[in-house]
Amino acid sequence: MVDFLLNTVKPHFNFWVYVILMMIGLWSLIAKNNLIKKMMGLAIFQTAIILFYVSLGVKDGATIPVLESYGDYAEKAEKAEPAGPEVAPPDATPAPVVVNPADTYANPVPHVLMLTAIVVGVATLGVALALCEMIYKEFDTLEEDELLRKIKALHDDA
Amino acid sequence: MILSFDIIILIFLIVAAVIALNVKDLLSSAMIYGIYGFLICLLWAEMGAVDVAFTEATVGAGVSTVLFIATILNTRRRSSD
Amino acid sequence: MSPKIFASIAVVITGIVLLYGISDFPTFGDPRSPANSGVEGGAPSTSLYYINESYGVTKVPNLVTSVLADYRGYDTMFETVVVLAAGMAIFAILRSTTKDDETVAGPARKSSIDGDHNRIIVGMTCRLAVPVVQIFALYVVAHGHYSPGGGFQGGVMLGASFILIALAGNLDDALGRFSEKSYMALASLGIIIYAGFGVVPQVLGKNFLDFGVLQKILLTDGPEMARSHSMLGVEIGVALTVMSIMFAIFANLSSRGTLKGGL
Repeated sequence: MVDFLLNTVKPHFNFWVYVILMMIGLWSLIAKNNLIKKMMGLAIFQTAIILFYVSLGVKDGATIPVLESYGDYAEKAEKAEPAGPEVAPPDATPAPVVVNPADTYANPVPHVLMLTAIVVGVATLGVALALCEMIYKEFDTLEEDELLRKIKALHDDA
Repeated sequence: MILSFDIIILIFLIVAAVIALNVKDLLSSAMIYGIYGFLICLLWAEMGAVDVAFTEATVGAGVSTVLFIATILNTRRRSSD
Repeated sequence: MSPKIFASIAVVITGIVLLYGISDFPTFGDPRSPANSGVEGGAPSTSLYYINESYGVTKVPNLVTSVLADYRGYDTMFETVVVLAAGMAIFAILRSTTKDDETVAGPARKSSIDGDHNRIIVGMTCRLAVPVVQIFALYVVAHGHYSPGGGFQGGVMLGASFILIALAGNLDDALGRFSEKSYMALASLGIIIYAGFGVVPQVLGKNFLDFGVLQKILLTDGPEMARSHSMLGVEIGVALTVMSIMFAIFANLSSRGTLKGGL
């Protein structure tokens, strides 16, 4: 058990948590009765996906993707040592790129993709909550089973 | 990236998500969702994604909690599950 | 079958499949993973190009900003359009202008920011906090090239400052400072600014959103600085749209579309 935790779970712990959070969100989307709780589950589902993407861009010993030296200071920085600890390739296979200063900065591409996704996520969350308010105005409840009963009664009357 | 810090935040994250979805009072649920948003903001700052962390701090911990609270106060505060 | 049992079965099966797939993932934090440095024997990852080359081409040290506003300009533009569309969807769903909704919103409260003695502490704190929040938000927008920040973050913070006014007093306080007409106009103006920065290069005979050619208009030293300055313009457009839509969402949600009274 300890072996399994150390060898299988620990190197991929972020990805395990991403699956667990995603499943918590999915479960609440299917099983929860209250519409607001469903929306919360949807938001948690979304953060799980973002967690997955951002975890892909992490590098050991790397700093944030903002260049430390630029402009007039760039020349000085070229002489100086790279900021992060040098990470040697774990195996002998020839890597497509040599160890370079790029390894001292985290991968910016997942950050860019997810930054816009968060803001769009809150805007669409607003639309979902607006729909919830309209449903409440119409049916005076946000519980799914009551809603289904009331809609059924409406159809039976018609 | 600090692995021990990472693991602690991730465990708290799961706890916060489960509690937020299981509290019957929706207002406290929304507040715990705000805690969840702030924890995930910390996680991203720790993983080096500062721009994402900034966005999450303003959006996830700030605005979306307020939107939840606005909706809850205009509808019903109690939830059946 | 009750939904809880069904959900548990579905979730457990999906989770096991996903966890099984994770065993093939690269180790967390590996700089040699395909996402970080490309597949072996293939082309190097795009991220290496951004890290190594983008400063020379755009003169923006914050790689996230340069990729967001320049290389992935289309993506960001249409994400902003999605935000605007969400704001218009809320307008279409909730906004009502009929008279009988006034009773739903409850009795109108006295404005607290402008002198309700029952809430003088909250009103005063809000008065002091809002300018600081707004100046910091403007700094975040303008300094997004050199530090974490940019149009999205600054826009949300600007919107949050108006939400703070609405929460501390009531919605009429905030709407008196930022009316419905002006936030809808500003939201559209943001998109127009962004699209304008795309159309002008097209008029000059280059591609849509090809900022380098703007050096003739912005009178910069070279195409690099033109791209840098255009990014600032684009971020301002994003910030305007996001600010307006965040406040619009809150205003409509908190008053059930009547824009009166508030929480």
